[in-house]
Amino acid sequence: MTVTSRPRGSEAGSLETGRLGASPGGPPSRRPAVRSRRLPVAKRPRADSNRSGHGDASTPPRRGRFLVGLFLPLVLLATWQLIAVSGLVPAYRLPTPASVWLAGLDLAGDGVLAGHIAISTQRVLIGFAVGSLFGLVVGAIVGLSRWASAFAGPTVGAFRAVPSLAWVPLLILYLGINEDSKVLLIAIGAFFPVYTTVAGALRHVDGHLVELGRAYGLSRTNLLLQVQLPAVLPTVVSGLRLALAQAWLFLVAAELIFSSMGLGFLLSDSQNNGRIDRLFLVIILLAVFGKVTDALIGVLEKYLLKRWS
Amino acid sequence: MSITSVPPRTSVPALGVSIRGVARSFTAADGSIRRVLRDIDLEIGAGEIVALIGPSGCGKSTLLRQVSGLDRPSIGTIAIDDTRVTGVDLRCAVAFQEPRLLPWRSIERNVALGLPPGTDRAAGAARVGELLELVGLSGSRSLRPRQVSGGMAQRASLARALSRGPGVLVLDEPFGALDALTRLRMQDLLLDVHAAEPATILLVTHDVDEALYLADRVVLLGQDPDGPDGSSILRILPVPGVRPRARGDATLAQLRGELLEGLGVDSRHQTAAPHRTSKATATSTARDSR
Repeated sequence: MTVTSRPRGSEAGSLETGRLGASPGGPPSRRPAVRSRRLPVAKRPRADSNRSGHGDASTPPRRGRFLVGLFLPLVLLATWQLIAVSGLVPAYRLPTPASVWLAGLDLAGDGVLAGHIAISTQRVLIGFAVGSLFGLVVGAIVGLSRWASAFAGPTVGAFRAVPSLAWVPLLILYLGINEDSKVLLIAIGAFFPVYTTVAGALRHVDGHLVELGRAYGLSRTNLLLQVQLPAVLPTVVSGLRLALAQAWLFLVAAELIFSSMGLGFLLSDSQNNGRIDRLFLVIILLAVFGKVTDALIGVLEKYLLKRWS
Repeated sequence: MSITSVPPRTSVPALGVSIRGVARSFTAADGSIRRVLRDIDLEIGAGEIVALIGPSGCGKSTLLRQVSGLDRPSIGTIAIDDTRVTGVDLRCAVAFQEPRLLPWRSIERNVALGLPPGTDRAAGAARVGELLELVGLSGSRSLRPRQVSGGMAQRASLARALSRGPGVLVLDEPFGALDALTRLRMQDLLLDVHAAEPATILLVTHDVDEALYLADRVVLLGQDPDGPDGSSILRILPVPGVRPRARGDATLAQLRGELLEGLGVDSRHQTAAPHRTSKATATSTARDSR
């Protein structure tokens, strides 16, 4: 526990002391919507060149990029509408966008939908937090110590090889069908991406910088805080991003198999009742929530990369 | 780059270094033992500048690592100011061939990394400001390492070493990766720094001219062809004249020839010059033997 509180501490400390750079919070807080909905295609270097304000011909300006990103969903929506209305596919197989919208309003009306969303989000966030916290700690230990790596590396690797759904029966048997078992499954899903990226990144921190830290008499703790963790921070954030995607994946798995609430339950329930409009609704909701949470980490990642490199 | 003479500070006094009977062996991958250094005895006076010179792979850097405490001798002892070096030592500061700045920190904060632990915040900031002034980086204090040139990064690295307030400054080919012109400027800067902050300087270089321009004594390290395995001190050459020396000083020409000869380069090729190709080869070997 103490080890994991460190990266956050160092992060906060470095951000705070890096006050000399450009005002950090500016652009993200001013236009969160635009940033959060940016396509995943928008990679780092492009974003940087865009930030400097000299968007060249091959990079659309930010506003334009947002509109470009909006184009494909609109086309999909229109195609969907066309096919549904044309009667090519029967309505019990493909609902119209309007009926999905109505199904959403219907569910939202008595607060049922909000309840499903709330419980699912809660599970994802807790599972993600727990899993990535442990991933950070174990990854840091295995990444920093050759002994720990030789000792625990193969075992963790073997556990990682277990398809995570294989844990479900055991989890249910041990913990029962409740929040704990679901959150634990999600945590298992979130653990491995963080563990792998953190351990790998720490193992490959530039040896020159580590030697420099030693030459200047940094203690092990200070070496970790001032050299190794800052060096791996961007990698850690991309690990967190992967972990979050995994968390949503395992959420749906857990809720499909054993739950009476949540978006995954709504999926299986709708399947049993033939409510194809609700199935579509949930899938769209999962896409939106997955993208929004991913974009939030993406904003953090971009911010860190800007400060760090 | 114009560094005017800075009044001497009352910092940590320069400290002498004694290297006594030092040898260092490494175990190779196949289990065989390879001796890199043997029988190194060297007394360096406080405030002296000593240049270590020798062919590639002769153990110059290894010896520096012993002095800075990053590595330990297999046999023998190293003492700074009569206290034995047993590990990384606060009295000694290192600058490497690469600047090794932390890319996520500003130049200023990189320099501050060298401050001795427990330095008062305000005093530390003042000291860093002073050193940035000394190495001519005051205007670049808030830049990131990737935003500055190689020479500026190397000056930051030097300032970081000085921020330690070291009694001994250990420099491992500090200007080796710089272009020729920047290197000459950095040499002058180092002399200015030495005048302002008189630490003992132990410097590894490949450049004979650099050694003769900077050092009080030049130590030639290498494998004795008739001796057992491992480099030892082949020769110690005191350099005459008071710094700053004229770069083309005629009295240094003879020393230069002697050193080049010690490095295995026949210096006579350079003056005779009937074969242009061999002259070029000889010069480039001496300069670029890294």
